[in-house]
Order: sequence, then structure tokens, then C-alpha cells
Amino acid sequence: MNSSTVLKELFIKQFHSFENTLNGEKELPLHQIRKDAIKKFSALSFPSIKDEGWKYTNINPLLSKTFKPADSIPEIDPEFINKYLFDKKEFVTLVFVNGYFSKEFSESDSLPKGLILETISEAIKKHPELVLTYFSKSASSEKNIFTALNTAFANHGTFIFVEENAIIEKPIQILYVTKADDIFVSPRNLFLVNKNAQVKIIETYAGFGDRSYFTNQVTEFVINDYAVVEHVRIQDEQLNAFHISTLSVALEKSTNFSSYNINFGGSFVRNNVNAKFNGGFAECRLNGLYVTEGTQFIDNHTSIDHAKANCLSSELYKGILNDSSRGVFNGKVFVRQDAQKTNAYQQNKNILLSNDAIVNTKPQLEIFADDVKCSHGATVGQLDKDQLFYLKARGIQEKEAKAILIYAFASDVVHSISILQVRDRLESLLAEKLL
Amino acid sequence: MIEIKNLHANIDGREILKGINLTVNKGEVHAIMGPNGSGKSTLAQVIAGREDYEVTKGEILFNGKNLLELPAENRACEGIFLAFQYPVEIPGVSNTTLLKNALNSIRKYRGEDELDAMEFLSLVKKKMSLVELSEDLLRRSVNEGFSGGEKKRNEIFQMAVLQPKLAILDETDSGLDIDALRIVANGVTKLKSPENATIVVTHYQRLLNYIIPDFVHVLYDGKIIKSGDKSLALELENKGYDWVIEEAAELV
Ligand SMILES: Nc1ncnc2c1ncn2[C@@H]1O[C@H](COP(=O)(O)OP(=O)(O)O)[C@@H](O)[C@H]1O
Ligand SMILES: [Mg+2]
Repeated sequence: MNSSTVLKELFIKQFHSFENTLNGEKELPLHQIRKDAIKKFSALSFPSIKDEGWKYTNINPLLSKTFKPADSIPEIDPEFINKYLFDKKEFVTLVFVNGYFSKEFSESDSLPKGLILETISEAIKKHPELVLTYFSKSASSEKNIFTALNTAFANHGTFIFVEENAIIEKPIQILYVTKADDIFVSPRNLFLVNKNAQVKIIETYAGFGDRSYFTNQVTEFVINDYAVVEHVRIQDEQLNAFHISTLSVALEKSTNFSSYNINFGGSFVRNNVNAKFNGGFAECRLNGLYVTEGTQFIDNHTSIDHAKANCLSSELYKGILNDSSRGVFNGKVFVRQDAQKTNAYQQNKNILLSNDAIVNTKPQLEIFADDVKCSHGATVGQLDKDQLFYLKARGIQEKEAKAILIYAFASDVVHSISILQVRDRLESLLAEKLL
Repeated sequence: MIEIKNLHANIDGREILKGINLTVNKGEVHAIMGPNGSGKSTLAQVIAGREDYEVTKGEILFNGKNLLELPAENRACEGIFLAFQYPVEIPGVSNTTLLKNALNSIRKYRGEDELDAMEFLSLVKKKMSLVELSEDLLRRSVNEGFSGGEKKRNEIFQMAVLQPKLAILDETDSGLDIDALRIVANGVTKLKSPENATIVVTHYQRLLNYIIPDFVHVLYDGKIIKSGDKSLALELENKGYDWVIEEAAELV
């Protein structure tokens, strides 16, 4: 048996032990979905570099590891948690440790009007029909083995339901912290935003400890007519962590979705971001940043499906790669035949700070409509020599001058975040990393 | 203040400067004139420390120090300032960031304390009025979306804040309308002192009506082929460069 089948067998075995811990919950409809998912998982193969979408992404480092499901909440330094939290008075706060909801660190008792916020396992019990209408729909297990794996082990995660016309002023922060203890966690989120509603959600992934771990994560978003959503995802896992995620967004008529996908951590990271326009006159902005060093590998695969006319998508992903780290960007934009009056703009820009850093970038536009405005492009470069000389000629030392330019390049991505605390934090995190 | 001796410089293996000799003492204003492509900007950039140019021969002493051994940033810290012919745009870096870092880096180099935010702001505000720039410029990105005139004024503003010993103004007058020219020239004149010196690179005489040079040099094909006083600038304005070039050719 090769390592790929070994790991698969192991996950399947672990699924059966996991099942046994579920007791009565095995009777709930969610469990049927899990069982279907593990079947899918066992039928699918782990991707190899011969597979479309994995050409530059070799998952062998992951396959050579073994992970056990997290089964308890470890001791954790509150300082560590607080480092990742924004002011609890101004945010609704959910904290999960090793996948388990932590009441101690969360602050979600008095919720704003119009907001339902529960752990996904609670939500399944309380409103099964609502959850099951959307659960595992936009992120399907059919083709993606990691989504299937996440769904099979789906037990912990966040359910958000924003009622029609509700404008949730307080941003919602969800923090997933994992102790690096050779475990795997499968956070699963379902966010339903109803007509005319507005909400801002921040997901943060972080870890502590010296060993390895594997976060395999899925977030599904359904955004109904005229709703406005801002989503910030901060990935700051330990440097020996594996992190695979899928963010799946269904945009209905006249919606407005902004995503900020910020990546600092992880040894092996693959993020899938998939957005689909199910209605016209909607806007989708995908912003991304990856800052890598050492031997980190970060892959962002995005796809935007212009299935309906009159929509706008605008995408900007930026990478700063140091040492012998590697980055991958793949951005697909489909403009279907009926999607006239589409505006689709896509940019991927990278700065390599070392001769050993590599980035593979592939923006892809597939256009089947004729009345559209589309552009795409990718750049890979070093710092601009003229800008660097200008700063130095003003007396700024070379190291500082470089840092100033790198910071300017990166901070551009987070400038338009409307949640001030989040923007400030990210800017100072960047400054800390880069200046 | 600065002594340039037999300076030769190449770019991409092609010799651009072919033996420049020039001495500027403190308190003096020197004008360097000459047709396009003569090597004026090259000279300015070599003094400022641009690494794309390879100095193959000669030396530059700045207050006795061997300038060619210093990287650009330390030349600036020693007191050299180049107002660029084409100031580059730096999106995402505000003028405040640039000036605060530059000023404090220079102060640190000289063993002086860094300025705090208040001190910095009051200094900057004082200097802004000199070139009639408005305060919102501070928050804007360096030169981004600036008109040609604004860029040139911004250069002089930076010079005013950094207070160099030797300022080299590379075509700071080009692209300026008469009002902007007056503002820039006034700024430069106000910053003049017996302790510092200015090299004005231009190919028009008009700036020299405001900034009166003590010496005028004609740079042609990488060499200074004629030097004189301010009347030389007027003569060049009236008669063009050909006669100087011919005169120099006869001498060879
Ligand atoms: N970066 C460069 N690469 C190649 N050639 C250059 C470069 N900069 C200047 N030159 C050449 O050097 C010569 C002198 O240019 P420059 O110093 O800009 O002249 P001036 O400022 O007097 O107009 C010109 O022939 C120009 O083409
Ligand atoms: Mg020039």
C-alpha cells in the first residue's frame, strides 16, 4: 500500500471510532450526510500533481503524516487566545479549541436582534430542516476529497443565520485554535444571510505547540437578495501545520460580497475560494494576501462563476515570498453565455524577496458571452529599483526602505476592510512581519 | 565641499561620463547646462549613488570623505540631496512615512535624537508653506497622481525638510509654469546659506534669473567643455550651444 491509501484507510477507521462517540446523534439526519461523505471519501483518491488543479501542489508531505481526531480540549494560555481576539465588547465572539466550542473564551450570550448564532451541532438539533436545506450544498463532497473528509467528520463549527432586513452592526469573530499534537480538526461553518440583511464575519485559524496538525475546513455561505456581507479570513497556523480550506459562496440577486483571505501561517496550505452568481446585479470582491518564509507552501485556488448577467467580480491577490517558500495562485473566472454585461477583473501580483522563492501563477478567464468587460493579469517581480533608490537617496537605510515598499505592497489588500479594529490589527501584524 | 576629479562612468559598458572635474565650495551656486543626452543626469545620479552606473576612474570627495565608498543612503545622511528630474511615484507610501523615516535616519546617522511626532509635524508644516503645498499632501502617496509641477515642488519640499549640505537640482524647472517656477526658485533661494551649496542642472536660462549662479558650466558628451560666470548662461540662451561645442572641438 502506498502512503495515500494508508492515510485513507486510517481516516476511515477513525471515522468508525468517531461514529461510536456520537451515541444518540447517530440518529440525526446529519449523520446520514456524514456516512454518505465517508463513502465518497473512500471512493475518491487523494489528488496528485497529475490532476487538474493540483499541478503545482504536491500533497505528499501531508500523506506521509498520520493524524488522529481531536478528542478533548487541551490546556491553553488565555494570552494566546487573546492575541487573536478583537475587543469582545464590540464583537460577538466564538472560540473553538481543537474544534470544540469553548464557552469560557466565547462571548455570545446577548446576541444582536436578527442574528442566530449557534454551533453547527446545536443548530442541527434545533432547526434541522433549515440547516439541511443548505448544508453540504454549495460545497459538495462529490468531487473534492477534502470536503468529503470534512463533511464526514463534521461535528463542530458555526452556524450563522441572519434574518431578513437585519443589519448586524457588531462584527462576528470566530476563532479556531488548535494544539499542535498530531491531531486533525474539521471545522465546518454554514452562514445564511437572508434578504436585505448585512453582516461582517471574521474567521481566524491559529495553532500553538511544536508538533504538527491538520486543519481541514469548509465554510458555506448563502447570501440572499440584496444582502451585504464582508468576510475576513485570517490564517495564522503554526509553521508546521497543514491547512486545507474551502470557502463556497452562493450569491443571489443584487448581493454584495467582499472577501479578505489573509495567510501568514502553515507549512502546507491550500485554500479554495469558490463564488457563484445565482442572480444578476451582484458584486463579488475577492482579496487575498499570502506572506511566506522558510519552506512554507501556500496555494490559493479561486473560481468565480458568472452564471447570471450584470454582475461584477473584482479580484486582487498579492503574495510576498521570502527564503525558499513557494506560492501558487490559480484564479478561474467563467463567464457563461447568458452572463452579458459582466465585469470581471482579476489581478495576481507577487514579490519575491529571495532567489529561492517561487510562485506559480495562473489567472484564467473563460468567456462565453460577448458583451463583457474582463481583464486579468499576473506579475512576479522584485521590488521596484527606482522606488528603492528614491527612498535610499532620501537617507533611508536599505533594510528599512525595502520594508517600507513591501509593507505598502501588502497593506493595499487590507485597506478596504471596513472593520477598523481588524484593519488596524492586520496592518500592525504586517508591520511586525515586514518592517 | 565637493571635489570631483577626472570622473569616468559607464552604463551597460558604455562610457557616459568621460572625465569630469568640478569643485564646489560652500556658499556657492553652480549651474550645469548642456544639450540633452550630454550626461547631466548621469552626473547627478552618480553623485547621489545610483548603482546602475559603474565608476571606472576618478574620485569624488565630499567634505574630505571618499564619497564613492558610501552607499546612496549614507551619502544622503552625509548631506547630499538629489532633486530628481523624474521623481518616481510610490503608491502606498505616504509623504509623511517617507519624510519621517528619512529625517530620523539622517538624524540617527549623525548621532542626533529622533524627532517625536509633534516636533516632526511642526517642522513639516513650516517647510510646506515655503513651497505653497497644502497639508493633505502629507497623507497622499509619494508623487502618486501628482502633476509635473507638484512633483517638482514636492522635491523642493523634501529638500527643505532634510536640509542638505549639497543640493543637486536636476531639471527642477522643466515642466513648470511661471508661477510654479517662482515658487520653486523662492524655496531654493530661501534655503541657501553660506554653509551649503547648490548645483542646478538645467538647459534653460530662465531658472537662473531667480537662482543666480556663481559659476556656469557646459557639459557636453560627458565632459565639461566650458566654464564661466552667470553671463555664460545668457550667452547660451541667445546663441545656443553650437559655438561652445565648436570652440571646444578646435581646442582638441
Ligand atoms: N539607464 C540608462 N541606460 C542606458 N543609457 C542611459 C541610461 N541613462 C542615460 N543613458 C544614456 O546616457 C546618456 C546621457 O544621458 P543623461 O545623463 O540622462 O543626459 P542629460 O541629463 O544631459 O540629458 C544618454 O545618451 C542616455 O541615452
Ligand atoms: Mg537629464
